[in-house]
Amino acid sequence: MATRDDQTALAGLARAAAAARSRPWDGLTGRLDRHAPAVFIMPAVLVVLAMSIFPLLISLYLSLSRFKFVKGGFELDFIGLLNYKKLLLGSQQFHFLGTFGELSAVGWAVLGVTALALIALLVRYAQGPDATLAGLFWRSVAGAGTFLLLLLIVLTGSGDGHPGSLVVTLFYVGIGVLAQYCIGLGLALLCAQNLPGRKFFRVVFFLPMMITPVGIAYTFRMLSDTTKGPFTPIWQYFGWTETSWLVDPWGARLAVMIGDSWQWIPFMFVVLLVAIESQPQDQREAALVDGASRWQVFRYVTWPAIVPVSVTVVIIRVIEAFKIIDLPNVLTNGGPGIASESMTLHAYVAWRTLDLGGSAAVAYLLLFVVAFVCLSMLAFLRPAETEARA
Amino acid sequence: MTTGIRSVTGASALAIMMAGGIALGSGAAQAQMKHEGVEATVMTFTGPQIAEPLQRRAPDFKKATGATINVVTVPFSDLYSKLLTDFATGTNSIDGMVFAPQWMGDYIEPGYLEDLTDRVNADEAVQWNDVAPFFRDFSATYNGRIYTIPLDGDFQMVYYRSDLLDEAGLAPPRTWDDYLAIAETFHGQDLNGDDKPDYGSCIAKKRNAQSYWMIISVAGGFLQSQGTGQGAFFNASDMSPLFNNEAFAKALDIYAATTQYGPPDEINLDVGDTRGLFTTGRCALSVDWGDIGTLAIDPATSKVQDKVGAVILPGSSQVLDRDTGKLVECDAERCPHAVDGINHAPFAAFGGWSGAVNAGSSDEVKAAVYDFFSYMSQPEQANEDVTIGITGFNPYRFSQFQNLDLWIEAGMSEAAAKNYLGAIADSLNSPNMVLDLRIPQNQRYEQIVLDTAIARLLAGEIDRDQAMADIEAGWNEITEELGAEEQLEAYKATLGIRAD
Repeated sequence: MATRDDQTALAGLARAAAAARSRPWDGLTGRLDRHAPAVFIMPAVLVVLAMSIFPLLISLYLSLSRFKFVKGGFELDFIGLLNYKKLLLGSQQFHFLGTFGELSAVGWAVLGVTALALIALLVRYAQGPDATLAGLFWRSVAGAGTFLLLLLIVLTGSGDGHPGSLVVTLFYVGIGVLAQYCIGLGLALLCAQNLPGRKFFRVVFFLPMMITPVGIAYTFRMLSDTTKGPFTPIWQYFGWTETSWLVDPWGARLAVMIGDSWQWIPFMFVVLLVAIESQPQDQREAALVDGASRWQVFRYVTWPAIVPVSVTVVIIRVIEAFKIIDLPNVLTNGGPGIASESMTLHAYVAWRTLDLGGSAAVAYLLLFVVAFVCLSMLAFLRPAETEARA
Repeated sequence: MTTGIRSVTGASALAIMMAGGIALGSGAAQAQMKHEGVEATVMTFTGPQIAEPLQRRAPDFKKATGATINVVTVPFSDLYSKLLTDFATGTNSIDGMVFAPQWMGDYIEPGYLEDLTDRVNADEAVQWNDVAPFFRDFSATYNGRIYTIPLDGDFQMVYYRSDLLDEAGLAPPRTWDDYLAIAETFHGQDLNGDDKPDYGSCIAKKRNAQSYWMIISVAGGFLQSQGTGQGAFFNASDMSPLFNNEAFAKALDIYAATTQYGPPDEINLDVGDTRGLFTTGRCALSVDWGDIGTLAIDPATSKVQDKVGAVILPGSSQVLDRDTGKLVECDAERCPHAVDGINHAPFAAFGGWSGAVNAGSSDEVKAAVYDFFSYMSQPEQANEDVTIGITGFNPYRFSQFQNLDLWIEAGMSEAAAKNYLGAIADSLNSPNMVLDLRIPQNQRYEQIVLDTAIARLLAGEIDRDQAMADIEAGWNEITEELGAEEQLEAYKATLGIRAD
């Protein structure tokens, strides 16, 4: 039971509290209260800044400078955009962009058709009901970028042109990821069926992802040599002996792409299998009862259900594939010549001789291309995703 | 000058040594438990060669001195930058390194390497004067101070299958045309009795590896004829590259022609691969450092024991006229060092793996690392290691050249030992030896520009003239970037070593 003294004390406390509220530094505590979330988040923000933003800025500075040893250490001389100029217009153009060949009639036709198609798409968008100025601007940028990349591919692929590390990387990404997606999807559809031994195959199809890329590179190095490995009798039967895929530029690129696909198809497979198996079975069954063919069930029931997941895995794979280095480095060392060199390997080779500026410039251009491709893909795939859902 | 080198096979050096009464192997005993508890990290490239002897002898060194030496390895193409990054960032996790002495300039200028001059002078056990002068002066010394301890002697030579050449009545190649002719003769024949066609010539041509030295070995005899001081990379008057002219064009033609007598995937083979092919009897000819000679006597892996001959790099009867860029016939004035009208220019590619100490390590660690390299280089250890193929160490000491018993004990016949050591001595004694490029950032000149252009040429991406234009433009660009005058000074300084 509270005594009189207690009550007096409580009243005193309440008065003191009221007095505290009206004190001059009352505002300060209020501000502290308001800013508390920011203060608590600050350490995390600082860590993020230190771990990712700061290195980004430093490497940006590196890409604008030249590394040089001097007495007592090293110095970084600011040289502006010289490293970029070298890669895009100067002595390293052949390495980064490639050597340009004479445009053939087919090349002209491909470029013309693409340009017309891009313009038509822009016009269609501009005339549509949802057109905005910002939307038109970004679509124009994406269209121009796509056209430039295609122009580069056509120029370096025709006549006596040779692709540089940018086009080779686009090959690994474009063709590689497409093949991985298609095969991964096919395997997932197969394993989603009620077939005997499917559990066994699920594990088998998943295994390549567990293997170290260096091991895969050595395996494919052996497989692509017609004088070694288990396929030797087959090559010999076709009279294809005493050679190796890796001495031919496209053979080497293909070997790298197949090795990379072999490793990453399981990733596509697993994610798509989960997506397929988690779709509502009643819709499938209803479609089958209504007399839909297998293709119709896939096209109108399964496909819309897996599109969102597909977009995500493809984007993840594209970002990852742009950074490919281990396979070309071990399998071909970027050779023959520079035929199978990816952009990351290009940057790495420059970095190895401490051409830090040149290396950072390649890395920044890679960042730029990845960002451009992924944003364009997202912008392009999002409407498709909505459409598929509808 | 070269008189000291000429005496490699002479008796005078032996006499001096014996008179000196040098007791082999006394170093280990003197340094007993001197470094108790010290732990040091030594970095070199992923072997097995070079790393193997270091790892094998580190426990013995620990028993003798108490110091633990951890040998860590990285791929060859990463070694240069891994070391520099460690030092430049102040990490200093690496206390010693076994690396290419031609990179020394890039490490010494910023002050990353310990000056070993006083230690070497105070160290009797290392028997400094037993090391051939070329390795003392070129591989170990920079601006008059000693920075590295040689562990290996490096010259590229041509290896041939002596049994095949004898049978066919052919002489070892004296010119590169001879080389091509011999390669053509044996290409496609079964050379090791397994009923499979083998190869006329195996040369490591893999990009981003150790192959860019091979083209310099071919080109040397065409580019340099006036002696070592003339240099084979740049015109010493204006730093213009010598790799875009008729002489280098000829060298490129030869180099490209060797590919048609090689294994199908030759452009993807590193030296380890071609050594394996040669010692399993699959190649009639090869260009390599001294390693094939000792690998060929290893009974575990070699099928060509006592069937291997070595000869100084082939030369040419035509050389570059630097004023006109034309290929001209040799005469007494143009090729003063020619032998029977053939100008040979043996290439001291790389300069021999050498040990250096990080200046940023603590004093006791530096002392232990120095003692470890001294221990590795002392004749008691080194004279055994150079006879073992897997070590990757080739002879570099007088005592190794003179003591034939070492080689006979290791499994060579007397004739083979004489032939092998003779080829190295011929190279070492040549007044027209080509020194490797040692100017700042020589890595970018050789490992990026030259290596890429040659790889693209071999892959058929560019033609010969384009390759030469690319090399010239690429080298000029680096020279401009780093300062043409500074680079020229540095280039002249590296050539001047032999002129004093």
